[in-house]
Amino acid sequence: MSLYEAKLSAAGQGTLPPLSIGSWQHKHVLDLDDFSREEIDLVFEIADGMVEILARDVKKVPTLRGKTIATMFFEPSTRTRASFELAAKYLGADTVSLDAVKSSVAKGESLIDSLRTLQALEIDTIIIRHPCSGAACIAAQHLETSIINAGDGCHAHPSQGLLDIYTMKRQLGDLSGKKMVIIGDIMHSRVARSNIWGTRTFGISVVLCPPPTLVQHGMSEMIERCGLNHVRIEHKLDAALEDADIIMPLRLQKERQPSGLIPSIREYIQQYQLNPKRLLRARPGAIVMHPGPMNEGIEISHDVAYGSNSLIEQQVTNGVAIRMALLYLISGGKNR
Amino acid sequence: MKSNSLLIKNARVMDPANSQDEISDILIEGGVIKQSGRNLTASGVAVFDATGLIACPGFIDLHCHLREPGFEDKETIASGASAAAHGGFTTICCMPNTQPPLDSASAIDYVNKIAARDAARVTVLPVGCITRGRAGQEITEMIELAEAGCIGFSDDGSPVSSARVMSIAMENAAGLGLPVIDHCEDLELSRGGHINDGWVAARLGLKGIPAAAEESIVARDIALAEMTGVRLHVTHLSTQGSVALIRNAKLKGLKVTADVTPHHLTLTEERVINNPVKTDTLLAYDTNAKVNPPLRTAADIQALIQGLNDGTIDAIATDHAPHTREEKLCEFETAAVGISGFETAFGVLMTLVNTGEISLNTLIAHLTAGPARILNNRRGISGTIKPSARADIVLLDINREWLVDVRDMLSCGKNTPFDGYTLKGMVVATIHGGEVAYIHQSVRISR
Ligand SMILES: [Zn+2]
Repeated sequence: MSLYEAKLSAAGQGTLPPLSIGSWQHKHVLDLDDFSREEIDLVFEIADGMVEILARDVKKVPTLRGKTIATMFFEPSTRTRASFELAAKYLGADTVSLDAVKSSVAKGESLIDSLRTLQALEIDTIIIRHPCSGAACIAAQHLETSIINAGDGCHAHPSQGLLDIYTMKRQLGDLSGKKMVIIGDIMHSRVARSNIWGTRTFGISVVLCPPPTLVQHGMSEMIERCGLNHVRIEHKLDAALEDADIIMPLRLQKERQPSGLIPSIREYIQQYQLNPKRLLRARPGAIVMHPGPMNEGIEISHDVAYGSNSLIEQQVTNGVAIRMALLYLISGGKNR
Repeated sequence: MKSNSLLIKNARVMDPANSQDEISDILIEGGVIKQSGRNLTASGVAVFDATGLIACPGFIDLHCHLREPGFEDKETIASGASAAAHGGFTTICCMPNTQPPLDSASAIDYVNKIAARDAARVTVLPVGCITRGRAGQEITEMIELAEAGCIGFSDDGSPVSSARVMSIAMENAAGLGLPVIDHCEDLELSRGGHINDGWVAARLGLKGIPAAAEESIVARDIALAEMTGVRLHVTHLSTQGSVALIRNAKLKGLKVTADVTPHHLTLTEERVINNPVKTDTLLAYDTNAKVNPPLRTAADIQALIQGLNDGTIDAIATDHAPHTREEKLCEFETAAVGISGFETAFGVLMTLVNTGEISLNTLIAHLTAGPARILNNRRGISGTIKPSARADIVLLDINREWLVDVRDMLSCGKNTPFDGYTLKGMVVATIHGGEVAYIHQSVRISR
């Protein structure tokens, strides 16, 4: 039991106890590139408490009562949105959800204008998903309200990165010396980018395994320039999987084929699908994660997705806990 | 006292076309240079004491966007001309991507008419379209456009993809003795790209525009220029490979020239994420650094500077591209492309002189004699200050530091990545045809 869990159970079913969040520096959560190890550990510690709340029959605590949290999704997503909204509700916050895909964008209203409207409504935290890379960063630069990035283009998806690392940690314990392999469309993956940043202080080595056409030309230089010495690129999946402890196939968008980036889905399956035979190359007991939504039978075979190595369901539960922790920290950080 | 007469006293006169660099007076009468030399006097003429200042030919910009007709919320010919004069430019060539585009003689006439009415303080020279509607399909009536006074042809921003159409246009332009000015970009290769295809693109999750998108079309155009005998001018070079291609073409004796912008000479792709004068630590997606061609790498800058120094690159052009606030205050991927460049050009370029990478003479040559040669002295644009030339002169204080503040800019487009920079080297006054087109508040002309 962590220190935090201990405090939590001492406090019983009521509110979350006051907590020292001195190492928490964030007004916004935009990516994991500016997260210190202490901050990530703090998120995880609080998430442990949230996991405990989620196991209760009555999941609701009034910690964020009186706070209003808005989700503003400029691109369709049911899973991430539901995860954030549940997290907010379990903490007693009021939630507003704006389906920006249909409303403001169609009317030609700009991103910043739509967000300013929300700010005027005195929303405490805005959770934003947007198809353009950097949208959340731009929002944070022009608004006073706290912004949580729930995915911006191909740039970042920090809560996903945190829940992935949290899931690994709960399963494997100490992560140092472990090897993680991320397979597939690195070019368009905000999840891969956030995992790269998030893992850098954990002693994990990360192998990116994309087809040559699905990674930016500048990726190797980025790894070097950003001091991400734990990351390397390997295009051959069998080589990449050797001794892997954590494997994460990424969703392959079907439109990559008509756009010419891959010759055929068939060839992709042959070369890059994570199937039981390939899984044998990894370490016994290696864990399999997927950021969802899965294209079963393309990047991952059915048997692997639902097999004993798969932590895909735990990722969903942990996702709620991590998002509760982030909302708690963001709100607490502002009021204390 | 005639308004277009003036005596400039004690200036350091730098006229690269005549290898002149000496302290001298310049007497302007009736809008033309009458005489230069020591201890000149004249009665009934205003006197400008230019002690400590440099006097050189007015700057000539081969590439700018004045937005009129069609996009007057971004800029007008009048506001663009004021901004140009503020930046030391006396002659500016405006690109034809207006609405309607400058693809007909009547559109060229319109720009000439508005320029004569609203922008007498600088000379505005329109560039005509290569193809109708800038659509890359059918060439314009180039003879009529030339008769209306266009100084060259370009589909800037929407370069002609078809080598066949381009070669036909080049044959016509060759017959007219006018340059084809190409923005070299393979649109298929650059499609969806927003910044240089390098590490910053990988960092930000943006699609990149590779150097090859530019270089492959530079190479194509050089081959077509060799075939057609046209004067090819490649505008806003941005890559090391393009510099090498132009250098080779010149070695072969082809009539190929090139220009480069102040921003491509001084900023790299990293400017998108890193603003040296901004203190907040949020990761930037700075739309003011979004430009096409994109800002490249330090190695590209070195090659471009080398190109200026060895004569591969003939001119510096601003690619002044004003946009409204709203068009830049948005998501990076939807933001408009371009930099408002007239008013920062000289100060920005002086950073290269101040660090010793180019000489002051090289800088001035590329803003005066170099572009004048490409214009072939049309409309009396000589790029020199020899007697009987039109009196287009800019006065510069190369030691004066100033702070770039977009609120001081006369252009309607405040979109500059240099806002907040301190620059050393300032335009003090701009004289066009003997008339004062711009003068800084700190100086005075005595009557
Ligand atoms: Zn251009």
